[in-house]
Amino acid sequence: MDAILLQILNGLDKGSAYALIALGLTLIFGTLGVVNFAHGALFMIGAFCAVVLQKILTLQKVVLDNENLTAWGTPSEIKTPYAEIWFGDFGAKLIDYSVPVSILLAIPVMLIVGFTMERGLIKHFYKRPHADQILVTFGLAIVLQEIVKAFFGANPIPQPAPEALRSSVDIGVMLGFAENAIIYPVWRLIYFVFAALIIGAVFAFLQFTTFGMVVRAGMADRETVGLLGINIDRRFTLMFGLAAAVTGVAGVMYTPILPPNYHMGMDFLVLCFVVVVVGGMGSLPGAVAAGFLLGILESFASMNEIKSILPGIDQIIIYLVAVVILLTRPRGLLGRKGVMEE
Amino acid sequence: MTNAIFPSKANDRLLMIFFIIVVLAGPIILAPFGAGYPDLLQRFAIFGIFAIGFNILFGLTGYLSFGHAAFLGVGSYSAVWMLKLLSMNVIPAIILGVVISGLFALVIGYVSLRRSGIYFSILTLAFAQMSYNLAYSVFTPITNGETGLQILLDDPRVLDGGTKPGELPLTNLFGIPMNATQKVEFLGMTLQFNFGFYFCAVILILAFYLSLRIFRSPFGLMLRAVKTNQNRLNYTGVNTRPYTLAAFVISGMYAGLAGSLLASMDPLAGAERMQWTASGEVVLMVILGGAGTLLGPVLGAGFIKYFENIFSKINDNVLHSWFAFMPDGLENVMVTLVHPFVGKGWHLTLGLLFMAIVIFLPGGLMEGFNRIWRKITSKRETATSDTSSDAASTPAE
Amino acid sequence: MGILEVQNVNKRFGGLQALDNVNLDVEEGSIHAIIGPNGAGKSTLLNCFVGRLVPDTGTVMFNGNSLLGIKPHEINQLGVSRVFQTPEIFTDLSVLENVMIATFAHRDGAFKLNAIDPVRKEVDIRDHAEATLLDVGLQDKRNMVASSMSRGDKRRLEMAMCLSQDPKLLLLDEPTAGMARADTNRTIDLLKELAEKRKLTKVIIEHDMHVVFSLAQKISVLAQGHVIVEDTPENIKGHPKVREAYLGEAQV
Repeated sequence: MDAILLQILNGLDKGSAYALIALGLTLIFGTLGVVNFAHGALFMIGAFCAVVLQKILTLQKVVLDNENLTAWGTPSEIKTPYAEIWFGDFGAKLIDYSVPVSILLAIPVMLIVGFTMERGLIKHFYKRPHADQILVTFGLAIVLQEIVKAFFGANPIPQPAPEALRSSVDIGVMLGFAENAIIYPVWRLIYFVFAALIIGAVFAFLQFTTFGMVVRAGMADRETVGLLGINIDRRFTLMFGLAAAVTGVAGVMYTPILPPNYHMGMDFLVLCFVVVVVGGMGSLPGAVAAGFLLGILESFASMNEIKSILPGIDQIIIYLVAVVILLTRPRGLLGRKGVMEE
Repeated sequence: MTNAIFPSKANDRLLMIFFIIVVLAGPIILAPFGAGYPDLLQRFAIFGIFAIGFNILFGLTGYLSFGHAAFLGVGSYSAVWMLKLLSMNVIPAIILGVVISGLFALVIGYVSLRRSGIYFSILTLAFAQMSYNLAYSVFTPITNGETGLQILLDDPRVLDGGTKPGELPLTNLFGIPMNATQKVEFLGMTLQFNFGFYFCAVILILAFYLSLRIFRSPFGLMLRAVKTNQNRLNYTGVNTRPYTLAAFVISGMYAGLAGSLLASMDPLAGAERMQWTASGEVVLMVILGGAGTLLGPVLGAGFIKYFENIFSKINDNVLHSWFAFMPDGLENVMVTLVHPFVGKGWHLTLGLLFMAIVIFLPGGLMEGFNRIWRKITSKRETATSDTSSDAASTPAE
Repeated sequence: MGILEVQNVNKRFGGLQALDNVNLDVEEGSIHAIIGPNGAGKSTLLNCFVGRLVPDTGTVMFNGNSLLGIKPHEINQLGVSRVFQTPEIFTDLSVLENVMIATFAHRDGAFKLNAIDPVRKEVDIRDHAEATLLDVGLQDKRNMVASSMSRGDKRRLEMAMCLSQDPKLLLLDEPTAGMARADTNRTIDLLKELAEKRKLTKVIIEHDMHVVFSLAQKISVLAQGHVIVEDTPENIKGHPKVREAYLGEAQV
């Protein structure tokens, strides 16, 4: 029982990331009808917002200390980040909490990236075939990741979680299992809660605001809503920005779990497309459910007990599930009829 | 103008002759562009075959597979195994590569073609990723995992093993090694006539000829009908599934052929050949050249492989020599400006080029040529005041 | 014994009884019209003939074969062709290619891997397709791309595709819907001419009474999912039940 619970927990953090990316992907697909292959790049850009902020915060002032000599006989250097010099303890805290603080940077950056992408490129592709949309966004994804690579290099850049949150908690004890049965890193728990909050907020936004209502109506029948004289285009631009922001902050918060590298977007994109299709193209609840489901299944498949029976299953489980779902439920778990079938 | 929609025999013959001449003269034509060396020429031919095959599926039926690299990889692995077990002669290796990848395509196609649109794309992607992941893990005994499958000294090679102890044998065609190269000095250039390239070139010509026949055949017509209106085709009494499956298997065998040729030129096979980015690359080739056209895929394959090889080799020294005629300050500025787009950054150029093609020239390079051609011919027509024009669009060559 | 026999067909969509015990008997060589107000179940019935829908109960027999549970292409191969309400054609291909595809399907069956010989050598197929185009009056437009034609021409093309297959039964779903009067008359003439030239059976679904009465030998009136009357045009005209069904919709 505790082993099963542990695997479910292990699957949650990856599942949360899948769910968030798939949610953004579906928002874009559902509202704009565009298949966005550059979506993984948005996740990556978000993650690199955290890298940028950390780099800025840790810019150091170097002072030569002539009293303490190094082994080479040269004065040793005392490096102090400007943030600490200017803001003292608060600055040190700021550096420590650079990952969560990056969200403040990521939201405006992602909104701008999203708006620019939609206005500059995507809107010209609304009426083009899906294949063209896939190809042009695929090209864009390559361009974005190469730009990031040119600036930050090809190696992963680790981002530490705040010190207070680097430990693990013994969830097992809280739930009445034996001690040390379920040890779980705090940050992953935070990531899950964070994802749940974001997902809740997006759904609430779509459910309870007029804006959200119009967007939902547009997702169901774009033409009719357009005929009602509602300016759907501007709302859709905003929607694209929102989807970019959701995906971007998902990337920011994921950095302590996976050190960001330039190709992380592509890696996640392929998986998240599978997630979206499993959930059902155009279905928001489907995307979220499938994200968590596949994350958890993946973690179950990597249990040694399972791997000994089915070697290699952990490598293919997501794809295998996708194949089975697509063949038995052609429209995915919660998909609507007739989406993307022509 | 009754024959307008069906290209005449003479027309096709002309196209074939043109194609044969260009391919066989490849080492001469490409030498001035710095692409006349055997390794790259072989790649042009091999990826040309891969793209031609992909175009039979995607260009004719519109089914966008995102997993064709899997067949290329399977072809490579099969071929290397044949080289290890039977003989360094490439013929059995190629036959096995084509057969195995064909069977593999039959299974994956049978399942994937039950769905269409993006669902089909995701299914093929899923299968290819599974193959890729498994090649790295569970199938290590067959694929040799991350190291990749190579030929070894102690391989059995039942037919010609142990001829030269202590030295890895060369792949050959009935004794002629693939790396046999004749160098000729010509107008200050060194032309390299490589046996391996000519072997690939002959196969490329055959592959192109077969695709021409398919395009012109009733089968090809049915595939184009699938792309346009599958529903109507069903109500017209045609069972579309075997048609699409046949196209899928044929294109899978082309991919296997390309894969086994890669292994025949350089006897090793790695799982990275099956990765989805490799599948994406062949899509790029076909789109860039012009999907659904005959010459387009070959052109696109050549273009991308050329850029990959030439652009990625340009480093700052080369750039400085390019801009050496400029004043020093300006030279450095130019080098800094161009630097991110070449060498390791050539993918950036590829991405930009790709976006530009999709945005401005959705029909690919072939459409660009056709547009230019039409402009030239329409000028001539107005000059001779010949106004007869044909409403039917001929599928571009 | 008719060529198409429909017995006790029922079809339910949720709470709606779309077809309610429908019986139909289409005589070989006749033109049989199915009329009825909107939502009477005409298209549902037609869809049951071509394999798009399967009725809940009942039988549909064509020439001694059951049409239920087999695929659209199998039904076509038995000799049933259908013209759709909105023309379904191969829009990217030329007019002649459209008809040739249908002719190939008729000659070669549901699948034939004929990947080597070029289409241009198939002189018989081509001649047959051109002859059919002549029949429907599209011979001058054979090289046009199908998508560039007018709606009326598209429907003629679709008809040519069906005719080139020499079907035993031709199903026409509102062949004059959305046409101007002149076009409608041309279509009526065409259908009449074809009826004389080729002894093929036709089932027509139609809204336009003018079309129905100038073509059909027998009319079935469908209302709320079942056949209220089946009779000759003369008898249908003054039938009180038909008036009732159509009340206010058209002058019968």
